[in-house]
Amino acid sequence: MAKITYIEHDGTDHVIDVKPGLTVMEGAVKNNVPGIDADCGGACACATCHVYVDDAWLPKTGDKSAMEESMLDFAENVEPNSRLSCQIKVSDALDGLVVRLPESQH
Amino acid sequence: MWALSEAGTGDLNSRVVIVGAGHAGGSAAAFLRQYGHVGPIVLIGDEPLLPYQRPPLSKAWLKGEADAESLQLKPDSWYEEAGVSLRLGGTVVSLNRGAKTVTLSSGEHLPYDYLILATGARARALPIPGADLAGVLALRSAADAEALKGALGPGKRLAVVGGGYVGLEAAASARALGGHVTIIEREPRVLARVACETLSNFFQDYHGARGVTFELNAGVAGFEGAEGHVTGVKLSDGQVVACDAALVGVGAIPNEELARDAGLDCTNGVVVDIEARTADPFVFAIGDVTHRPLPLYDRQFRLESVPNALEQAKQAAAAIAGRPMPPHEIPWFWSDQYDLKLQIAGLPFDADRQVVRGDVAAAKFAVFHLKGDLVQAVEAVNAPPEFMAGKQLIAKRTPVSIEKLANPTISMKEVAA
Repeated sequence: MAKITYIEHDGTDHVIDVKPGLTVMEGAVKNNVPGIDADCGGACACATCHVYVDDAWLPKTGDKSAMEESMLDFAENVEPNSRLSCQIKVSDALDGLVVRLPESQH
Repeated sequence: MWALSEAGTGDLNSRVVIVGAGHAGGSAAAFLRQYGHVGPIVLIGDEPLLPYQRPPLSKAWLKGEADAESLQLKPDSWYEEAGVSLRLGGTVVSLNRGAKTVTLSSGEHLPYDYLILATGARARALPIPGADLAGVLALRSAADAEALKGALGPGKRLAVVGGGYVGLEAAASARALGGHVTIIEREPRVLARVACETLSNFFQDYHGARGVTFELNAGVAGFEGAEGHVTGVKLSDGQVVACDAALVGVGAIPNEELARDAGLDCTNGVVVDIEARTADPFVFAIGDVTHRPLPLYDRQFRLESVPNALEQAKQAAAAIAGRPMPPHEIPWFWSDQYDLKLQIAGLPFDADRQVVRGDVAAAKFAVFHLKGDLVQAVEAVNAPPEFMAGKQLIAKRTPVSIEKLANPTISMKEVAA
């Protein structure tokens, strides 16, 4: 299990044990973390699972695909550390990951 | 944890009964808890399964790339933790709005303070000879998908009646598994009701190049069978398309009977307002079963999509929990076939011109539908910037330059600026 901390825009945090193999999005949705709706269920089609990855963790979360890049290009409140959480696969290496949720998704 | 508070009078303590445990119903329960609702919630579903995602059934799940657990909206444990009481495998046979109760097929009466109807839609059946043969399938539920999966594989012949999204997605999955596919469509083109001609022609060519054959302008007279199992689809002109299984994907019918019998207004779906409320202030309806306002297009319409289910689930949950209404969303849809990602935003109502941007032959393009210089809808194939920017343009109602829009060397950022 990897411990992932999801921090809502208002500062409320949710610390969740996520099974490796799931995505960071699935870890949130299956535990009803508010602010990650993931309309498309992980097809990288909607940008409703936008998160900010804590800088320290950026290298470990991997590279963005061209598809993810272009979806993020048009998402709201995008920052250099923005990711679509459906595109980050959870592994033991992500134990301790911290992600924050943007205001626009709440 | 979710017991009624002593005060027990606020909406957050209300007793909510949700009829239908699909994407809409399951999400409504989840949003109620997110919004601080602590009263009892009862979720009733006619399938013996916890709420799950239907879109992958015709795609990843059919190809064996997703399992049942990954399709579930929430894990088994969530419902108990969240105090959501389940009645799975049961149907509601009547709704008594005066007494504010529903009656289950088991005879159980459940009282409610608020009722959410999320009964969805069912696959339209063809009233033609042979429709009851084994191997004549629909694709709506996990059980349907399981049956279809069993009929696919190398060399297996699938006849698809109806060239809509379900049929095309299943055809792509069947081809990926090595089967033969014939799509039979009554209209002169696939996706005739739901996409523009450019998109129809593109999808037909793309499927054709990957081995799918088409019978267009073709009526279906019946199914032929041997020993109770389908062996072919008989067309109106007498020709028979031989098959090992036939998938019928000719649209869906809203499950509105419960609402109608209870005296609620139904017109191709349960009529609701912009808060997903029926004319009865204690009864909401959400998802595929609703005939809902589309403020942007100034009309009522029935949508079949996950984003619609989620939007209305939020509206009903927010109304019950006394939260501000979430912002209105632009209707949107998506489909995955082969290596194609189709994303559609808006609906082409009242559009008087189309602008194609990009390269259709290279499978990277978008068709914009405009009313004057306002974008009403966009259909984007492998073109996320066009989809995302198009969605924003539809919402903002700002005029665009047709010249810039049609020129793919000008970025969508600039077009939308």
